[in-house]
Amino acid sequence: MPTLPIDCTVNGAATHLDVAPRTILADALRQDLGLTGTHVGCAHGSCGACTILLDGAAVRSCLMLAVQAAGHAITTIEGLSNPDALTPLQAAFRKHGALQCGFCTPGMIVTAHALLSANPDADADTIRDMLSGNLCRCTGYISIIEAVLDARAAYQEARA
Amino acid sequence: MKLPDFTYAAPTDLRGAISLLAADPAARALAGGQSLIPVLAFRLGAPSMLVDLSNIADLDKIEVNNARLRIGAMARWAAVAESPLVHTHHPLLRAAISHVAHYQVRNRGTIGGSLAHADPAAELAAVALACDATIIAQGPQGQRRIAVADFFCGALTTALTPAELVIALELPCMPTDLRWGFAEFARRRGDFALAGAVVHFSLDAAGAIINPHIAGIGASDRPRRLTAPETVLAGQAPSLAILRAAADVATAETDAADDLHGSAAYRRSLAGTMVLRALADACAITLP
Repeated sequence: MPTLPIDCTVNGAATHLDVAPRTILADALRQDLGLTGTHVGCAHGSCGACTILLDGAAVRSCLMLAVQAAGHAITTIEGLSNPDALTPLQAAFRKHGALQCGFCTPGMIVTAHALLSANPDADADTIRDMLSGNLCRCTGYISIIEAVLDARAAYQEARA
Repeated sequence: MKLPDFTYAAPTDLRGAISLLAADPAARALAGGQSLIPVLAFRLGAPSMLVDLSNIADLDKIEVNNARLRIGAMARWAAVAESPLVHTHHPLLRAAISHVAHYQVRNRGTIGGSLAHADPAAELAAVALACDATIIAQGPQGQRRIAVADFFCGALTTALTPAELVIALELPCMPTDLRWGFAEFARRRGDFALAGAVVHFSLDAAGAIINPHIAGIGASDRPRRLTAPETVLAGQAPSLAILRAAADVATAETDAADDLHGSAAYRRSLAGTMVLRALADACAITLP
C-alpha cells in the first residue's frame, strides 16, 4: 500500500513521517525515527513495554496505527530522560533495583510518569492497579512498586 | 505479527464513514482499536480498509437529557469514568469501568467499539443489559434505536447491519436510591473476566426488593440477563439466605462452556458466586 504523509510532534519536535497504513506507531518510532527506547514485547497489547504518552495519556503504541498520530503530541521514554542527571523515576528504579533485563522498564517508567503526574499521592494499591498492564518477567513487582512509591516525593514537590 | 495490509481513511463526518463502509463490504470501522488491532495482529481478520472514526466531531459527547445519559460511541473509557455526569447519574457504570482492561487501554478504548465488538466477557455489555439501555445506530438507511436485549446475538456478533455504526449508548439515569452491585473475577487484574455480575434493584417502603435486574458477564456466549435469580429476589426482604438462593439459581441458569481457562462447572459456580457478591454489596450484607 502507498504510504501516507503525517505530521505530529515527537518529544517536542515537529516531525514528518511517511507511513504505510498497517505500520503500528511503535514500529514507526523505532524504525523510522530510531527511538528504540520504546520496546515491542508482544505487539498485540498484552505486555505494556511499548507504552508512550499520546497528548499526555499513557497508551500502548502497538495498538495504534502510526497514521493515527497525525496532529498529536507523542512522548517516548527518550522524551522523559535528561542527559545531565537521572530523572526521579530513573533514580528510584536504580536505588531499588527495580529492573533486571530492562526490557519492560521503558513501559514501566512511562506509565508511572503518567500516573504520578496526574496523581502524585497515589498509594501502593493504585500504583499496582495502574501498572497491572505492564508485565515484568524478571524482578517480580515488589521493587518496581517500591521505586514508584519512592519517586512520588519529586512529583509532589513539582506540584507544590 | 505485523498487521495485514489495508488502506486507511479518516473521514470527518459520519455520512462519509458510512458511505466508505457501504461501498466496500470488506472495510471495517476503527474506533479505539484496542480489540480490533490485536485481532489484526493475530491475523484473525484481514479488512481491505480501516475507516477511522477518530476525526468525526461530536461522536464522543456525554450528555443527560430527559433523565437519560447519552454517551457518544467514541467516548473513551477514561473520559467516561472521569465524567461528572456519569459520576452523578451512573455510579454503576463508573464502577464497572474500573474493571475494564488496563490503564493504557482505558485511555484509548471506546464504549462504541466495545459494544460493536461484543465480547461475551465485556463489562459494559452486562451493565447495558442490566440497565435496559438503548443502542443508537446509524447506517445507510438512517438512524435507529436498538434495545440492548436485541443487540447481542452471540460471541462477537451483533444486530448491526453491514455499514451500520454504533453512534451512542443511552442509559436511564439511576435513581439515587437504587441499590446496585458489581463483581467480577479475573485471573489477573485487567484480564478478561472468567465471570462477573451486575445487579440493581429498589427497596419498597416495607424493605422488600422490587424490580431486580441481574446480568452475567462471561456467563454465556453473549452478555446475558439472568432472570431466574431476579424471580427469586422479587418481593423478598434482603437476607443472606435469599441472596444465596438467588446465587444458586444463577449458577443453574448460566450456560458457560468449557474453555482453556476453566471447566463449565467451574465457570457456572463462579458465576453464582459473583451474583452473590454483587448482591451482598448492593445490600451492604457482609458475606461470611
